[in-house]
Amino acid sequence: MSQTQTVREDGTIASVSGPVVTARDLDARMNDVVYVGKNGLMGEVIEIEEDITTLQVYEETSGVSPGGPVENTGEPLSVDLGPGLLDTIYDGVQRPLDVLEDKMESPYLRRGVDAPGIELDKTWGFEPEVEAGDEVGRGDVVGIVEETVTIDHKVMVPPNALGEGETAEVVSVDSGEFTVEETVAELDNGVEIQMRQEWPVREPRPTVEKKTPTTPLVSGQRILDGLFPIAKGGTAAIPGPFGSGKTVTQHQLAKYADADIIIYVGCGERGNEMTEVIDDFPELEDPSTGNPLMARTSLIANTSNMPVAARESCVYTGITIAEFYRDMGYDVALMADSTSRWAEAMREISSRLEEMPGEEGYPAYLAARLAQFYERAGYFENVNGTEGSVSAIGAVSPPGGDFSEPVTQNTLRIVKTFWALDADLAERRHFPSINWNESYSLYKDQLDPWFQDAVADDWPDRRQWAVDVLDEEAELQEIVQLVGKDALPEDQQLTLEVARYLREAYLQQNAFHPVDTYCPPEKTYLMLTTIQTFNDEAFDALEAGVPVDEIIDTEALPRINRIGVQDDYEAYVDELQSDIESQIRSLY
Amino acid sequence: MSKQYQTITEISGPLVFAEVDEDIGYDEIVKIHTQQGETLRGQVLESSEGIVAIQVFEGTSGIDQKASIEFEGKTMKMDLTEDLLGRVLDGSGRPIDGGPDIVPDTKENIVGAAINPYSREYPEEFIETGVSVIDGMNTLVRGQKLPIFSSSGQPHSELAMQIARQASVPEEEADGEGEGSEFAVIFGAMGITAEEANEFMEDFERTGALERSVVFMNLADDPAVERMVTPRMVLTTAEYLAFEKDYHVLVILTDMTNYCEALREIGAAREEVPGRRGYPGYMYTDLAQLYERAGRIQGREGSVTQIPILTMPGDDDTHPIPDLTGYITEGQIYVDPDLNSQGLEPPVNVLPSLSRLMDDGIGEGLTREDHADVSDQMYAAYAEGEDLRDLVNIVGREALSERDNKYLDFADRFEQEFVDQGFDTDRALVETLSIGWDLLSMLPKEELNRIDEEFIEEYYREDGSEETEAEATAD
Repeated sequence: MSQTQTVREDGTIASVSGPVVTARDLDARMNDVVYVGKNGLMGEVIEIEEDITTLQVYEETSGVSPGGPVENTGEPLSVDLGPGLLDTIYDGVQRPLDVLEDKMESPYLRRGVDAPGIELDKTWGFEPEVEAGDEVGRGDVVGIVEETVTIDHKVMVPPNALGEGETAEVVSVDSGEFTVEETVAELDNGVEIQMRQEWPVREPRPTVEKKTPTTPLVSGQRILDGLFPIAKGGTAAIPGPFGSGKTVTQHQLAKYADADIIIYVGCGERGNEMTEVIDDFPELEDPSTGNPLMARTSLIANTSNMPVAARESCVYTGITIAEFYRDMGYDVALMADSTSRWAEAMREISSRLEEMPGEEGYPAYLAARLAQFYERAGYFENVNGTEGSVSAIGAVSPPGGDFSEPVTQNTLRIVKTFWALDADLAERRHFPSINWNESYSLYKDQLDPWFQDAVADDWPDRRQWAVDVLDEEAELQEIVQLVGKDALPEDQQLTLEVARYLREAYLQQNAFHPVDTYCPPEKTYLMLTTIQTFNDEAFDALEAGVPVDEIIDTEALPRINRIGVQDDYEAYVDELQSDIESQIRSLY
Repeated sequence: MSKQYQTITEISGPLVFAEVDEDIGYDEIVKIHTQQGETLRGQVLESSEGIVAIQVFEGTSGIDQKASIEFEGKTMKMDLTEDLLGRVLDGSGRPIDGGPDIVPDTKENIVGAAINPYSREYPEEFIETGVSVIDGMNTLVRGQKLPIFSSSGQPHSELAMQIARQASVPEEEADGEGEGSEFAVIFGAMGITAEEANEFMEDFERTGALERSVVFMNLADDPAVERMVTPRMVLTTAEYLAFEKDYHVLVILTDMTNYCEALREIGAAREEVPGRRGYPGYMYTDLAQLYERAGRIQGREGSVTQIPILTMPGDDDTHPIPDLTGYITEGQIYVDPDLNSQGLEPPVNVLPSLSRLMDDGIGEGLTREDHADVSDQMYAAYAEGEDLRDLVNIVGREALSERDNKYLDFADRFEQEFVDQGFDTDRALVETLSIGWDLLSMLPKEELNRIDEEFIEEYYREDGSEETEAEATAD
């Protein structure tokens, strides 16, 4: 970092109230990182008024008293970027939790212990991509490090080392084993390049331009890929009351989405859930490479009982790491579970600052902060000319499951994919309990060409057919609630039956079944085709005068519900389709 | 530094403000000596140069501006020893059973520190509670936090007592290391009536459970502010017994609603900006700091399992207390007034109930291979039956198809045979699953689309409901 290192005056603590501490005579800029009290608790400047500076402290402030020292580092909250980010689990201010366990010698998080975000003594094999004499610009790759079995880490010229359009000549570059702080290349303007870079979390890393995304982030979840797809570089919100499956959906995406890198931010959620991720991911296989999932994953965990100020920062820590890998040309998917806890952390800090509250006590800048966060996602042309993407998927936990509350509403104004979770579906164990009538994806049209190319030409038509049937069912169900199913005309009864298979076989997916948990788009497509075959055959039969009860009782039909669990689904579907055809045709 | 001050400037609700000329730490404990010779205890809520805000646990009545304040220079600690088992303490940890003083082995800060998620062990060991709706469909595992959502006048205490009485761990576990991991119950009462408390105590004494229990009693007429401390004392004791002394600890906290009321009272006295329904904006964080103290830790034998009970005001689960709780805990058990008025024991409505850790705690090698499928299928079938009940009210049974009628029968028998087992019946899991199969066998095989074909082969009873009676009598 080549920032002006003016010596800054330290101050003393004036008052303490929970995570908010004020200091007197501290010479600081906004967002500088400070160390508070005798234990040196990490904090950040959030308000300056005359000689009183207000700080939010990332650790428990019990026992901290006025008069204690406050030391200013003079630098904004930053993350360490470099090889070693993957296959690691961090707290909200990028301290690796395994290192903390060693250093604290306790399973509990004690205070005042600091640890660098990436290991400083570990050496990495560096392979240069440039030679002495080459011209490089900002963001250009000078060499490669094998970070994990899955990911080649690209060592780049830091974006702030050179101006826009400016280049410099490589003076020297070495291959071999280096620690992250050793210089691997030198430029003629005196810049030395190490594998480690720092970047302030609240500042987006520069890019050339944001582009319209046209590739889907394939998730292997039928309702998502099939009905409400998200693009690589897209944004999505998953709101839902407790118990409706937000976390399972986020976990499924983290496991099976076809991104190169996954950043999972557990923001104010359950400790046991993070432990589950830590336990499961190293053992699970990445479906595209067969390597352990952790090899492409970085976890950030601020559980609900960890300090609230670090909850405010963990989302920024996550997206900054995501942007770093995007700069290397990777497709990154970031899951934030849950953005409501992040918003509540803002509210808590704001109320302790006695700021004028906006809606429901949230600060007036809530909408702006949410928008800034989601705007850091996108499909980008990077400064080094490569293309990369950050997809952001945020869970929202609306109080009482009421989507009209400020966090949900402000999120919906920004994101383009909306997966509405429904407590009613969850109660009847329909999982994923995503409500197909309320959810939407604004990426559908721009992603269709990809699906037509990769899967089948009639992908959009079949999707539309399914949507129409489900819409019709929703209307018919209202009538059924009043008069009963048998009072409906036969063709409508048949539609209900078709819709039932759509719901139970196609939309439901068992995340805990070894096969059904991941459904490739081809299988999603075939499943829909099978149900449509049933639909077409059944309506032909009905027209020929076959009573609806006989059609519904066709022996082969319940097998539709078992397609999901078939490993060798192609053969199964072939046989099933021809059985449905012949059995229904035999009725007339 | 144990200087005394007679500098109280303001007394407001549970808070006392005083001027000081030294640096007082946040969260430090304080003694207040009144002129009548009483000693009250409190804790520093806010500390700035020259002035501190103190919350007084016993309430501020009797304090005047001449009372003297003594700062002890330390944060609140709890005396811990294995001898706490069998004792009854008040809401701030002082013995009220007339027994000897507590000689501590160690002292721990009651606020507790967050467990590093990296050091946690994922909970996946089944606890057999002997209650079908829990074991069969909302399985509890060691280290889980599973609240009971209830409302006033419901038998949630009976259910909690039944769990505490019957909860055991599967036998092969107990055989393996009988000594290493004993079972203990810690009971934290916050603002419950003396009568309710007596019922708990009688049950403890009747079943001999008291000797493996620690009881903390903050009753309805005890100071509200003391309720801020009670659950922290309870959990500090639980962590000590679990992670230092290898006990499997079951913590019952009742009633969390009273705790939250106390939180609101203090927030109001401090003139904080209120959040939803007047509860403080930090209530989520505060509750999380209690609930998240459940769990298991790698390399430690014991575990802390929590069953907090809360009464939902107006039976409304969107009220901030159940709402925030549900977002933190790993599921919830709903006690339903309608089922209660039908006389079901326990009156648990399974549909909104949930155990998030169930999927990892059951199945082959843990409980039985068909457990998850049976549970899923029963959920789906009961939900369908429930829906149809509304319809029956309008069109009558005759207007429904044969299939629909089967689901209606299923829902009725599910409530009578599966749910309504009585508060004194201890049902083994095998029995629970067997009743489940009896009920599922009422439905045609093709309808069982959540169950693996293999299990249908093995457990489905072809002759359906007839066999049920025969088996029930055979048992």
